Amino acid sequence: MARRVVITGMGWITPLGLSVQEGWRRLLAGDHGFGPVTRFDASTFATNFAAEVKGFRLEDHIPDSAKHEGAEVSTRFALAAASQAWKQSGLDRAPALDTSRVGMYLGAGEGSLDYQKLAYANLSAYDSASRKLSDAKWGAAAMSRSNPRAEVEQEPNATLGHLAMEFPVRGPAFNCMTACAASTQAVGEACEIIRHGDADVMLGGGTHSMIHPLGMTGFVRLTAMSTRRDDPVHASRPFSADRDGFVMGEGAGIVVLEALEHALARGATPLAEIAGYGSSADAFRITDIHSDGKGAVAAMSQACRQAGINPREPGEDGRPQVHYISAHGTGTQENDRIETIAVKTLFGPLAGKVPFSSVKSQLGHLIQAAGAVELITCVQAMRTGILPATMNLSTPDPECDLDYVPNAARDVNAQGGVDVCLSNSFGFGGQNNTICVRKWRG
Amino acid sequence: MSRKVVITGLGTVTPLGTGFYPLWEALVAGKSALGPLTSLDPAGFPSRLGGEIKGFSARDFMPKAYRKSLKVMARDIEIAVGAAKLAVDDANLVTRAHAETGQTQTTYPSERVGCQIGAGLIAAEAGELAAAMATAVPAGVTDADRAFNGGFSLKAWGTQGDTPGSGGMNNLPPLWMLKYLPNMLACHVTIIHGNEGPSNTITCAEASGLLCIGEGSRVIERGAADATFAGGADSKLNVVGFLRWTQAGDLADTGAETDGSRIVRPYDPQSPGTLMSEGGGILILEEASSAAARGARVYAEIAGFGAAQSSPPVLPPYPNGRDRNDGLERAIAAALRDAGIGAEAIDAIVPQAKGAPAFDAGEAQALRRVFGARLSRLPLVTLAPAMGDLYAGYGAVQAGVAAMCLREQRVPARIHAGRCPGDLRAEAGESREATLNHVLVCASSMGGQNAALVLRKAS
Repeated sequence: MARRVVITGMGWITPLGLSVQEGWRRLLAGDHGFGPVTRFDASTFATNFAAEVKGFRLEDHIPDSAKHEGAEVSTRFALAAASQAWKQSGLDRAPALDTSRVGMYLGAGEGSLDYQKLAYANLSAYDSASRKLSDAKWGAAAMSRSNPRAEVEQEPNATLGHLAMEFPVRGPAFNCMTACAASTQAVGEACEIIRHGDADVMLGGGTHSMIHPLGMTGFVRLTAMSTRRDDPVHASRPFSADRDGFVMGEGAGIVVLEALEHALARGATPLAEIAGYGSSADAFRITDIHSDGKGAVAAMSQACRQAGINPREPGEDGRPQVHYISAHGTGTQENDRIETIAVKTLFGPLAGKVPFSSVKSQLGHLIQAAGAVELITCVQAMRTGILPATMNLSTPDPECDLDYVPNAARDVNAQGGVDVCLSNSFGFGGQNNTICVRKWRG
Repeated sequence: MSRKVVITGLGTVTPLGTGFYPLWEALVAGKSALGPLTSLDPAGFPSRLGGEIKGFSARDFMPKAYRKSLKVMARDIEIAVGAAKLAVDDANLVTRAHAETGQTQTTYPSERVGCQIGAGLIAAEAGELAAAMATAVPAGVTDADRAFNGGFSLKAWGTQGDTPGSGGMNNLPPLWMLKYLPNMLACHVTIIHGNEGPSNTITCAEASGLLCIGEGSRVIERGAADATFAGGADSKLNVVGFLRWTQAGDLADTGAETDGSRIVRPYDPQSPGTLMSEGGGILILEEASSAAARGARVYAEIAGFGAAQSSPPVLPPYPNGRDRNDGLERAIAAALRDAGIGAEAIDAIVPQAKGAPAFDAGEAQALRRVFGARLSRLPLVTLAPAMGDLYAGYGAVQAGVAAMCLREQRVPARIHAGRCPGDLRAEAGESREATLNHVLVCASSMGGQNAALVLRKAS
């Protein structure tokens, strides 16, 4: 009998707020985190807006933040989100924690490249006439401007190192980078580690900021982001026919995952149970999603199967057994159309009855952090009975004809609340992950 | 009842050759590939030797129709693609890649095959980026601007509005970013071979490869796949990689030396450091009964896996050195427990032993604590003097070598140009036969992640 895994703590650093409470309140109010990019001069970028985290200071979250001096912004977000989750779980007060049984699995992104330094090295070494770069000049220029700490902090696993400085995490430690699917995969694999018995507690989730010149450049060149420069506040329009790409966000979402018996033995209150996890690859193209959404269907159906749910069979109350899907819902033409096809394929005639919204319409796309942040919205939906909306859904798309919870949060307590949710994340290149969470009823 | 996992295919692309068998023969013969670098000019750095892959072209390892994708493959991706095909052929698997030869009946259904490939951060080619950036230097920049950022202007880099210039970022190809995303190793491999099961990209530097093999093994154990491609690939033979790992303190100042095998001296406190290399490996893992049913050759069984985080300090620079690695000790203990054996059952070790003293000291301490006095009788299979540090590509090569040691009942030759502590069997020596039932493989990363695998002789 596999061990059951529950969530006992959650932490959020998002463009809509620096805690789960604040972010959730603003999410339900239909608020958004969008505005012009302020981190650097993006005025001439085809996409010059984003959802930035505002007012964040690590010292507000971590007592001795000085020891993290030099940490990248994504690492700082992770430290703060993990701190919230750790406190909520009560592990900060747990006596006799076996730290070798406490691990972490993150989908932490790389650091924000120091483009000024890189430009200096590149341009010092590049000869326009011959169109050649001198490695020797590059090396000399870059060595004169760099230092060990700044370099190693860029590495994606540096975040784990900082978490190890702050929390007594000495068990299995992993970081994955499956693009937009990373933190969902991290949470899923973290659960599998607990189920297998390799740890009792895992910090799981992700953190990322690509709101820096080369990060934004990469997505501008891919034409994956909205270019609605005249109306950035309404630029993220998942499932609306006039959607034109995602809007970049940043932040972190981290949960404490725990073996059920471990949580109960120390008197912790589970916030939700991880009921299932599915992971698949499209194995199709690096730039496109498989047109019938088979990778997405595979991830969602595995998650349902593990949770013991038949998506095509209504529950005892006549509703579908899944009460809410947090969509990957990026707001690109392709994703939203194909994710819709995938949900229809899986749920058949019940698909239209499963509320299916994209909080990226309010938070933007947090890239590697998106999945874990969205998983937390599912837990909040179960705890409150309220579903967050897909905002800016003004123009129906005949190919997107499901219930996207358009334009206003929905209280479903009268219908029996929210017991089971799916959270979807699909990465560029075709790595797909879904988590099924279930309400904890004690 | 837990499902058993076996290794049935080895594919490596390393400075010691393309394919696992050339690598093994070179290791047995005691050859080293470390020497002067030709793929980049390291004159701006103190470390000027390394290990380069020679005569490898990823074109030879993909269906013809896929070759157009080469333009969006960084070197790291090419290595993974090559290693994957080599592993598939070695395991005698039929995958989607065989469709062009008319073989359409694959060994396994697509959805039952996974993929876990570890990767490093891939550096964007400096020349390509510099050429684009050079179009974003406005006329009339001051000397102060040039001294600060080369005169690069973000306004001229963007393409909207009335900024003059020659296109800025539009000089980068549209798919520029995809060439460098770490998950593209796994994505290209899954597309070529049709692996539709769980696919992951672990990025924990040198621990990545073993963490991927461990996770891949767990994926099969839990029934989420029947076979998987697991390993890693990396190439830091570029200026950006050189900068980072020079700053991190791993790389040797090579001075006037031209023979890299004299530089890299595992566990020698006087070793000047390790050398940068490139390479990687993919292992085919299969559920044991499926492998047996198709009559697959089994190199070894994956008997145990463990992973653990080290206590700080885990990020360089280490002002006080780093002579302990408690995380590695825990990872090894976990792998032994998972294998259901004690330390006394291990017959040889394939450690990381990369020749960077601060790193090696922590590894040696962990091995001493696990194996005690018996450590001095355990052969250590050290690879770094022969091929340098492959970073995310290292673990899979280590594991492949360990599997081959078990199959051949042999340890390869060892190169060591210095002195190593008396209780560590890492001194120079010829290849020899050995009775091996269990071999331990272990690796640690900057950042403090550790992984250990116990491989068992095939039954």
